[in-house]
Amino acid sequence: MPTTVMTERIAVRSPQKSPAVRASFPVKAREQEQVPEPVVEMRAIRKTFLDVVANERVNFSLRPGEICALLGENGAGKTTLMNILFGYYAADEGEILIHGKKVSFASPRDAIACRIGMVHQHFTLVPSQTVLENVVVGSSGGRFFLDMKRAREKLCALQKRFGLAVDPDAPVWTLPIGGQQKVEILKALYRDARILILDEPTAVLAPLETRELFDTLRTLAAEGCSIVFISHKLYEVMEIAHRVVVLAKGVICAERSVSETDERELANLMVGHELAGKTATARKAGAALLSVSRLTVRNDKGLDAVKDLSLDVHSGEVVGLAGVSGNGQMELADALFGLRVPTSGTIVLDGAALPDGNPKSRVDRHMGRIPEDRMTTGLMLDLSVEDNLVMEHHGDFRRSGMLDREAIGDHAEGLMCDFGIKADGRRAPARTLSGGNLQKIILARELSADPKVVVAAQPTRGLDVGAIEYVHGRILEARDRGAATLLISEDLDEIFALSDRIAVLYEGRIMGIADRKYATKEQIGLWMSGIRDVLCA
Amino acid sequence: MDHILSATFLTGLLAAMMRMATPIIFGTLGEILSERAGVLNLGIEGIMLMGAMSGFLTTLHTGSLWLGVAAAALSGVLLALLMALLTVTLGLSQHVSGLGITLFSTGLAMFIYRLSVGSPVNPPTVTPFTQVALPALSSIPILGEAFFTQYALVYVAFLLIPVLWVLLYRTTWGLAIRTVGENPFAADTVGISVPLVRTLCLAAGGALMGVGGAFLTLAHQNMFLIDVVGGRGWISIAMVIFGNWDPVRGAAGALIFGLLDAFQLRLQALGVDLPFHLFLALPYVLTVVALVGVSRKSSAPAALLKPYRREEKG
Repeated sequence: MPTTVMTERIAVRSPQKSPAVRASFPVKAREQEQVPEPVVEMRAIRKTFLDVVANERVNFSLRPGEICALLGENGAGKTTLMNILFGYYAADEGEILIHGKKVSFASPRDAIACRIGMVHQHFTLVPSQTVLENVVVGSSGGRFFLDMKRAREKLCALQKRFGLAVDPDAPVWTLPIGGQQKVEILKALYRDARILILDEPTAVLAPLETRELFDTLRTLAAEGCSIVFISHKLYEVMEIAHRVVVLAKGVICAERSVSETDERELANLMVGHELAGKTATARKAGAALLSVSRLTVRNDKGLDAVKDLSLDVHSGEVVGLAGVSGNGQMELADALFGLRVPTSGTIVLDGAALPDGNPKSRVDRHMGRIPEDRMTTGLMLDLSVEDNLVMEHHGDFRRSGMLDREAIGDHAEGLMCDFGIKADGRRAPARTLSGGNLQKIILARELSADPKVVVAAQPTRGLDVGAIEYVHGRILEARDRGAATLLISEDLDEIFALSDRIAVLYEGRIMGIADRKYATKEQIGLWMSGIRDVLCA
Repeated sequence: MDHILSATFLTGLLAAMMRMATPIIFGTLGEILSERAGVLNLGIEGIMLMGAMSGFLTTLHTGSLWLGVAAAALSGVLLALLMALLTVTLGLSQHVSGLGITLFSTGLAMFIYRLSVGSPVNPPTVTPFTQVALPALSSIPILGEAFFTQYALVYVAFLLIPVLWVLLYRTTWGLAIRTVGENPFAADTVGISVPLVRTLCLAAGGALMGVGGAFLTLAHQNMFLIDVVGGRGWISIAMVIFGNWDPVRGAAGALIFGLLDAFQLRLQALGVDLPFHLFLALPYVLTVVALVGVSRKSSAPAALLKPYRREEKG
């Protein structure tokens, strides 16, 4: 591949749109405004879950051939609104019109019949089945026997037309995330979708894959498909969308044509207040507190997921480990946390080797662990906030062999106050807290003990902008107190915001390490795609 | 020991293998169908006993063996629908519901049997199915007599193996069933009704389990005893795992079990000086051993045991 093309293709995250893109759409938009009949009209939609209002008086419309971005923070009601359009939820009030005709959807089946397709954030695929099986399921049109030959022809035609290359016979679990997403899109197109909803499609993609996805979406829109693109990433919205609808707290708070707005305005609309810029002032790094050397770890399938990996993290620095999901992040984190026994290699914390597969040694040696999945690994959702807060240290809260509830309570009150954990009392089950507050429990537990080493895996995944700011602040604070911090993240913005050095994990190996001051997103993006030093030597 | 190698011995052994395997094949296929849709039906032991009882009583009162089989299938369907109500509609624990159904059906089967025939000294009997020799095939030496001179229900069981395989892997329904069992959310988003598929699979599976039970009282034996099923339901569940949720491999497991069962009967008859309980235990012990080896590599349907609701936040 020629270098020049690479540069252009990789510049996904750059906020400036290429002139070609900017010019091409408005012409088309104006054409369509003369034929104003929207393909979708949602009127006065209201949806509540128990007593939480998810959508309130939402009016939403979509025009043919348009890419409309639905922008908002987590919990703003974007996904709910689109799940209503897809027939997955029933709205409490309001009506939906497709091509001007009122419809009522009892299930996704009805929505599919109206040629609506949705790619959910969490893919709806069966990993053990092939691509073809995943695409075909449920679309038989009343036939009893599977006609795989016909299905294959139809699928291949679609693949050719929209440039969505995946092997129809590959089991889905063997595909990278980007490939799985293509299967999801093909699934919708196979059902002749003309209205395509994508729920945070880029959240799991590498820059190159995002590029490909955007090319596909443009092709689809050019063929007259209408696309709803749910996102909370502003630069993406600016690049791909023609129109932006901003949702906040279940209500539509603004609607803009992309040509008439900018990232700054959208950010303020979305959050409702000005965002403080994150500052990660680099400090002088000290001694290596965490040294991983020649570590090899197997995944659940028995294959090497981390291969001969060596990495040092020094006191007072954040090393950001970037990479597309599935490149060994989970296995590396598990090995560091002591949840997975490596096949070879050592992990040394402050001069002494940590025993393999022994989580307690990590607690004893002051490693702060922020696990990837706070719901299952990090917390016990059915236990109270206070119990979760002492989970690793309940030995310290003992009086004559019994738990000292009073001391536990005091400890919890203190941390809840320090970390601003909002809960219905310290005895409230963790399950009742929001995602941001759950993560605060983990931060409080792991960072209040003044850890020497902090390993944070995807610490802000699924959190809204406010909570992300808070988590970032706390991580930097720990660093400033001298902790050696390893930040494993798939979010490049996060990596760049927090790290002093940036390493890239690709297929279980470190592709490269760069000082943040000299690193560019293009360079890191190339490494993440497994391309070493094409541009910058 | 010489006659172990004789042709008569071999024919007898293989024929017994087929007979011993048949109820387990019915049970295994029924259970595979349920589990492929995501529901573990631990009611199988009780459903087989109800099938054995209702098949027997129906034949006793009407004189028709096939009506008995139909009644057994019907009782299986009804109990499986109860299971569907508990686990699919209400989303209760599949373990507790299934065991509950087994306990319930065991009591109910005995109760109805007592109500119907009282407690006579000699339990009533029916004229059971007779073996049907298939033309041409049954005259193959050794094997013909073993495989093709069997009860009609044996042929049905063996025919059902490829039928279920084709259903699961070659039809749109099968793909829908497998998708429901692997990822019900995916099925829902392409417009497949998860509760409907699960309920139908449970019902059809229950029918097979009921017929498996009826084979025991209408062909294998000619009377109903409370322990007539004797753990064959549980063995079927083990065979599902042994066969990695595949009908052909599951049935192969059932055949191996049948062979061991037939073999231990013959070992007992040889008069080896060991307690007969040891021989009785042999197939079960070997099943456990086989499972230890196989189940490490097996992969259950991903959504097995998981009730499905459209996710509602709250």
